[in-house]
Amino acid sequence: MSAVGAGQLERVRVVEVAAPRKKPFPSNAVVIHALLFACIAVVAFPLYYAFVISTQDIQEVVQRPPRLIPSSHLLENYAQAWRKAHMGRMLLNSLVMAVAVAVGKIVISMLSAFAIVYFDFRGRMLCFWTIFVTLMLPVPVRLMSTYEVVGTLGWINTYQGLAIPLMASATATFLFRQFYLTIPNELAEAAQLDGAGPIRFLFQFLLPLSWANIAALFVVLFIFGWNQYLWPLLITNTEAMRTVVIGLEELIPRTGTELPTWNLIMAGAMMALLPPVAIIIFMQRWFVKGLIESEK
Amino acid sequence: MQRTVFRSWWLPYVLVFPQMAVTMIFFFWPALKSLQLSLYRVSPFGDSMTFVGLGNFTKLLADPEYYRSVVNSLVFAAGVTVLAVAGALVLAALATQKIRGLAAYRTLLLWPYGIAPPVAGIIFLFIFHPTYGVLPYFLSFVTAYEFNWLLKGWVALTLVIAATAWTHLGYNIAFFIAGLLAIPGAVMEAADVDGAGPVRRFRSIVFPLVSPITFYLVVLNMVFAFFESFGVIDAVTKGGPGDATMIMVYKLYKDGFIGLNLGSSGAQSVILMALVIGLTMLQFRFAEKKVTYR
Repeated sequence: MSAVGAGQLERVRVVEVAAPRKKPFPSNAVVIHALLFACIAVVAFPLYYAFVISTQDIQEVVQRPPRLIPSSHLLENYAQAWRKAHMGRMLLNSLVMAVAVAVGKIVISMLSAFAIVYFDFRGRMLCFWTIFVTLMLPVPVRLMSTYEVVGTLGWINTYQGLAIPLMASATATFLFRQFYLTIPNELAEAAQLDGAGPIRFLFQFLLPLSWANIAALFVVLFIFGWNQYLWPLLITNTEAMRTVVIGLEELIPRTGTELPTWNLIMAGAMMALLPPVAIIIFMQRWFVKGLIESEK
Repeated sequence: MQRTVFRSWWLPYVLVFPQMAVTMIFFFWPALKSLQLSLYRVSPFGDSMTFVGLGNFTKLLADPEYYRSVVNSLVFAAGVTVLAVAGALVLAALATQKIRGLAAYRTLLLWPYGIAPPVAGIIFLFIFHPTYGVLPYFLSFVTAYEFNWLLKGWVALTLVIAATAWTHLGYNIAFFIAGLLAIPGAVMEAADVDGAGPVRRFRSIVFPLVSPITFYLVVLNMVFAFFESFGVIDAVTKGGPGDATMIMVYKLYKDGFIGLNLGSSGAQSVILMALVIGLTMLQFRFAEKKVTYR
């Protein structure tokens, strides 16, 4: 009895001694902060450097030792890159493509998940597995033939050619399916008693509950659409239809006669990467939710 | 699994139609077409087709250039995956220590995911630039070795690996932070009381608990590196110098679109398809595991 008591006392004492160790030691925390800062400096350096170059004139770009601080030519570089590479048009094309891909994927996935969860129909499982298999057919494995199909449809150099073939989405369909399955069956039954048909149930009951998922998916899919490279490269061959990620490459001269204007290339790169990076930073909560939940 | 509340003989078909139409026209039909092409020899203008059975495959497997692209792809994928997954784990482990400012650090770490790999490649291209880049400049103080990616294949490969891994970091960090925050605080405190230092805690507790996520991320980074890396190669090295950065996806594009060798590109498509099916299966074995763990 007393032995147990002594043991307990001792344990309490040990915990008391150990307690300050659980709280972060100031020195310990300082080390961790310092390590994190060092790592972030390394990770952020390429972006910082691209920005720095985009603010310099060409003499400063080529000077040795390299100048690692921003200069004063930001506006003129961006304006010149904008004119030279038709940035306005390319950014518009990227925007149209990214929004169309994101909205299209969300709409068709929402509808098919609704059908698969709330209806019993012949071929339901077949549809489910068909959608699943698209995960295993990325663009490169059907490159030539998909190009041929788009050509047959007359969709080369069109927005529908850029967006529609990318709209099938297994991950978005699975996300909506998972979400619908968490909604109690009673909701649909109550809606039915109120005389709501399936379409009204979808728009008046399910849709209002789905906004968080839709926002999260939109952020992730917008970035996916904006950063496409191989597909727009295949489907477009005029300057007017180029997206910014592929058009950027045209700022780099491949012939030996012209010297590359690296400050303009970096200005173009900054304009191409700013929209998706800004979306991640300002819509971080939706981005993380979309990323993690669409992979379940 | 399912709730069958509504009844209609036509509505579900209308609802799945858009998804099915896109899937059939742009996924299944082209995939079948690739399978078919892989068994034929097609003239460059597509006007005559001769059945050659597995001829395209045997020719491909006897081609040293194809082996080179397979080896390059493996090195590329392994390099990107190791860098991006290990780097992300270290950064996420640091950011989730009991310190202030997790939200700020998360913001400072996630954004590289927004940069398209080709854009990252162009930025790294300048950092590696033999005459103007900062990296060769600073390395020149350490060694006389010339880090010229235009001449040395391994430097070019390092360039595209670094650029690609950079863009994968944000993605992996998002998953690791979520996984690390899910570890119960009591477990870590118990280890702390038992006198386990940070390294021991990481090895014995953190690493085993995040290993399913690690496995998943390894597979996913491999898939990304194999199938989504056309852009970084095309924008930066175009497969060169020589064929040092000629990865499978880029060779497929070159043989198909530039060489107009449809039979060979069909066979390459089929090999890539087998690879992605294998990797997807691996990924879903993880999904099953995760269900039983939680």
